[in-house]
Amino acid sequence: MSKSITVDGIQVELNGERNLLEVVRKAGIQLPTFCYHSELSVYGACRMCVCEIEGRGLQATCSTPPEDGLVIHTNTKKTMRIRKMALELLLAAHHGKCPTCDKNGACRLQEIAEQLDVKLVRFQNNVDLIPVDSSSPSIVRDPNKCILCGDCVRMCREVQGVGVLDFIRRGSNVRVGTAFNKPMADVECVYCGQCVTCCPTGALTVKSDVNRAWEAVYDTTKTVVVQVAPAVRTAVCESIGCDGEMAMGKLAAALRRMGFDRVYDTSFAADLTTVEEGTEFLKRLETGEKLPQFTSCCPGWVKFAEQFYPGFIENLSSCKSPQQMFGSLAKKHLPEILGVKREDLVIVSIMPCTAKKFEASRPEMVTDGMPDVDMVLTTQEVIQMIRQSGVVMKEIEPEALDMPFGFKTGAGVIFGASGGVAEAVLRLATTSEAGGGVMKFNAVRGMAGTKETSVDINGRTVRLAVVNGLANAKALVERIKSGEAEFDIVEVMACRGGCIGGAGQPLPNDMPARERRRGMMYDCDSMQVVRNAGDNPYIKEAYANWLGEPNGHEAHELLHTQYQNRRRIVGEPIEVRPSTAVDKAVVRVCLGTCCYLNGAYDTMHNLLEIADKKGLGDRIEVKASFCFENCQGGPSVEMDGVLHSKVTPDTVAQFVEQVVEPHLKQKA
Amino acid sequence: MTTNLTQILSKADLEALKTRAHAALDSDALRVVVCGGTGCSSNGSAEVLIALRQAIAAAGLAIKVDLLDESQMDALSVDFSGCSGFCEVGPIVRILPENIFYVQVKAKDAKDIVERTLIAGQAVDRLLYQDKNTGERYIHRDEIPFYVNQVNIALTDCGLIDPADIRHYIAHNGYEALAQTLEGKTPEDVVQVITDAGLRGRGGGGFPTGRKWGITLKVPGEKKYVICNADEGDPGAFMDRSVLEGNPHAVIEGMILAGFAIGADEGYVYVRAEYPLAVQRMRLAIRQAEQSNLLGDNILNSGFGFHIKIKEGAGAFVCGEETALIASIEGQRGMPRPKPPFPAQSGLWGKPTCVNNVETLANVPRIILRGSEWFRQYGTEKSAGTKVFALTGDVVNTGLIEVPMGTTLGDVVFKVGGGIRGGGEFKTVQIGGPSGGCLTKDHLDLPLDYDSLRSVGAMVGSGGLVVMDDETCMVEVARYFMNFTQSESCGKCVICREGTKRMLEILEKITSGQGVPEDLETLEELAETVRDGSLCGLGKTAPNPVLSTLKYFRHEYEAHVWDKKCPAKQCANFKTYWIDPARCKGCRMCAKQCPVEAITGNLKEPHVIDAEKCIKCGACMDVCRLKAVELQ
Repeated sequence: MSKSITVDGIQVELNGERNLLEVVRKAGIQLPTFCYHSELSVYGACRMCVCEIEGRGLQATCSTPPEDGLVIHTNTKKTMRIRKMALELLLAAHHGKCPTCDKNGACRLQEIAEQLDVKLVRFQNNVDLIPVDSSSPSIVRDPNKCILCGDCVRMCREVQGVGVLDFIRRGSNVRVGTAFNKPMADVECVYCGQCVTCCPTGALTVKSDVNRAWEAVYDTTKTVVVQVAPAVRTAVCESIGCDGEMAMGKLAAALRRMGFDRVYDTSFAADLTTVEEGTEFLKRLETGEKLPQFTSCCPGWVKFAEQFYPGFIENLSSCKSPQQMFGSLAKKHLPEILGVKREDLVIVSIMPCTAKKFEASRPEMVTDGMPDVDMVLTTQEVIQMIRQSGVVMKEIEPEALDMPFGFKTGAGVIFGASGGVAEAVLRLATTSEAGGGVMKFNAVRGMAGTKETSVDINGRTVRLAVVNGLANAKALVERIKSGEAEFDIVEVMACRGGCIGGAGQPLPNDMPARERRRGMMYDCDSMQVVRNAGDNPYIKEAYANWLGEPNGHEAHELLHTQYQNRRRIVGEPIEVRPSTAVDKAVVRVCLGTCCYLNGAYDTMHNLLEIADKKGLGDRIEVKASFCFENCQGGPSVEMDGVLHSKVTPDTVAQFVEQVVEPHLKQKA
Repeated sequence: MTTNLTQILSKADLEALKTRAHAALDSDALRVVVCGGTGCSSNGSAEVLIALRQAIAAAGLAIKVDLLDESQMDALSVDFSGCSGFCEVGPIVRILPENIFYVQVKAKDAKDIVERTLIAGQAVDRLLYQDKNTGERYIHRDEIPFYVNQVNIALTDCGLIDPADIRHYIAHNGYEALAQTLEGKTPEDVVQVITDAGLRGRGGGGFPTGRKWGITLKVPGEKKYVICNADEGDPGAFMDRSVLEGNPHAVIEGMILAGFAIGADEGYVYVRAEYPLAVQRMRLAIRQAEQSNLLGDNILNSGFGFHIKIKEGAGAFVCGEETALIASIEGQRGMPRPKPPFPAQSGLWGKPTCVNNVETLANVPRIILRGSEWFRQYGTEKSAGTKVFALTGDVVNTGLIEVPMGTTLGDVVFKVGGGIRGGGEFKTVQIGGPSGGCLTKDHLDLPLDYDSLRSVGAMVGSGGLVVMDDETCMVEVARYFMNFTQSESCGKCVICREGTKRMLEILEKITSGQGVPEDLETLEELAETVRDGSLCGLGKTAPNPVLSTLKYFRHEYEAHVWDKKCPAKQCANFKTYWIDPARCKGCRMCAKQCPVEAITGNLKEPHVIDAEKCIKCGACMDVCRLKAVELQ
């Protein structure tokens, strides 16, 4: 006898469902949920999925394991009352005007309110508005629209291993916030935007550059060119129901009608990246230095590495990402080709990614005071612009892309899927002068979070890992750090499934959607005549005319970059005890990890006490500071720009006597 | 503590120490015990202890330095004890062995106590407890009505032994249950005894402790944990605090036994940081138990080891909920998570974990020692043993009490509590803390046990018992508790977070006179939804004060909403001040005092208050010597 559960009188067989909600949905009943997300841990907070279980009363189905023989009722007076009440309560606490909200039409709160026919809200919203945080280059956070489902918190922590968001405060004052309530731009956010993809309301949205893009298009003095990232075409396919090539053609046509001057393909730059990164890798492999080489195409991963694994910065490929390679190359050579001034050339990227907005704004990506890429639009933003312009994609004829940056190989296309970069490099590396390389590496394809394999290159076994999702990356790097695993090359994509699952892609952006898009990527690849980046004739031409050798001097100037150690916390020191005295001494105590472990906290505590005992409490201003980069000399204390080392809890009295007091005397 | 503790390596060692300690402690020599619980300490019991020691020394009497010092067997001992329960009359000083009970002792009373009691053997009358109802004075503790009707199991030795000296506990059979258990008993035996005893969780849930242990024992796992839940957060409740302060070793022994029963080698005491004395006593007790080899590796050479750590909580009420508590120990935000999995299956750091309340654990050593039958003689069929309550409110005797389960509400209020303070009439009791319910006059014969209370919509809870007289507004009571629970909600689940907030809003609206009839309907709907739909126990029980007051005192709500009246005359917005013309002599005192010139009238003629102008400050009432100003 197979195991089963009775849902509203219907027998449903159990087949490995993880919870009752899955069983209920299998029975064809769409229970609404806000906080249930199949890729995240069960949270059980929205209470929308409650059902009555015979013998057990009301239970949230998402958090109840399926057991043989349960009899459950999904639609009862009580369950409906709870659902409607929960929704009424949420609506009452929700600040937002639907028609002008970014999520209008795609908002789950709106959708479920409509589904449950909630028409009456008996409670007033009397909470003061909280300021919107638009400090981040990629993400806008509007806490007034947040329903506290916690999806973003869990996504950031569980899938991305970052954890910049968490709940703060208690009771009805709870909200999602960052550490010390800092702006999103000042925390460890890697701008992957996955929090945005799972946010059911408009509380987290992508920062829009639509208006800036229109401004550029409307400016007749500017020549506006676009580059379209590989994964974008899959999402465009979804909206018009065609294949990837067709989608690119239609997109090109639409963009031209909207007023963009040239349409190019980022896949071209991806081919360039393959050549540069492949060459770099083969060199490293030869010398055995800086291995494993980590890919650097993904700006979310790059920031993640800079922040959490600065020790591995050397291991990151020095290659710019395709978006930025395109930017530098186009900004340098398009003015001549198109006959325009460099300052009148505007480069717009269309990306599946929100972190690309951050990448384009990095100081390393600016040449002569001008950004290499002027603005980044996500797939969703460009679809929005097409709708704004009134162009009907289904009805227009596809057009060819512009040359030379519109020609790509299959290798450049698959960059959009996890494993694509690795495969492109493998195709190149396994192809000899005579051609005939392997064009399919199944081991690196697919949606698995971590893929490991080894490949024979020129008689040498190369160990390879491909990860997507930063939590998986974190786990892999930890294994490498501990010596448990060894690799020669590692491809990392921050988002699950790679760029096809980027936060700039249209919703739904779930596993089935990503799987579908992945299929389209490889279909598109197999349709290409040329599938090895090294065989791209326009790339060859670029080297011949402009770049010289791969990894050569000019290539390095234009196509490579460097990274920053972001381990250090920066920001204003925290006021521990302010002083309004004119003749005060300002003492900053470092509470960074090393100094803290050496007793800096007690140093500060004793300092405050000693100041009080000496009656100097109002003249010594004490601030807690972050790292002074004097970790060997901790606890470090700074006064008037002079750093003092080894000010321990025991010697701080001496410090006050010999340094602070003379200083105060002098001031008085 | 300067005590030199010896290692106890066997049951025989323990026996030997017990014999010596018992002889020293319970000899005929005089013992002065000063209550060092939080209540008495706040009232200055430390000064009393110092004054007593000085006065004794001045009188030329020897004070015992170390309990076991043979040369001092007949010397006086002067120690602190834990809470005696009767905090209201503290600082309390007891003179043993006669058990003379002095109340409200000040440092200046020390001389009299020494000269008249310790030397002359007489009681100091003015320091004796005097019954407020009868005026009778009592010399001995056990004659006082407050104590007469109590049975102490969890509180045994609280207020009698020095919690800072493990040998006091050992003298009173401490760690004997452990020694007996480690000598040949199996975990299953322990689970069986606790199951047979019918001990149920004293933290409020009432889940059978033996069953919980049995389940955790059966869950496979190399590593398991015992957690002592001492996150006592109910306003006015201090049962757990008093046990930790007064008899920490009973809790430690209970935890070790629990560890043995479920197969755990590590335990945590999760205690509020707002209980500094409890934390301090517990820390000291753990250290002494470790020094004595009664805690740590290889206890009493049995091969069984158990370690205890203290985790101080940051004062969130919701962390009393076991899954939130576990999250808090793990360093996460204290938020409950859905069960299953239960902590017994996956608790602290994903390991099988048994969470027991302080009072539950304090009961364990006695049950093991004296057997399940002995325990079952107290209490009722389904709720065996005793329960500690924090009795507060408008009752004559307030404090910590321990009564057999099934004692009627009336007995607690009138026999132990001495009835209503200030001559008012009994109106209600709020039982079980902010998430409990209220009981009325009709429930005075109700036995206080898990099932009877549940049947009337209340609960034992952690044991808060607030008695209220007829001057209490029940809508205001509901508002007060709702204010507490809504600000203590962790904010995780929608229904609790938003629902409690909206209930509070409605209650505030009603008590301020703005209520409309639909509010009652909405309030009731909200209360039922929050009860049915919340994720954790806090949310599920948060509406109890609303639901039970709506059930028993609906007419008060209706009076607020329809008649715009507060029947108890407590809600400020409904108060009208009125001058009785028959009493008013026209002295103008009130008119002069009124800040808004709402009172008019000629000299020597009755005055009148203009209700429109009146801001209800009550100044006129305070100033009138003829009691002519009345509240209506």
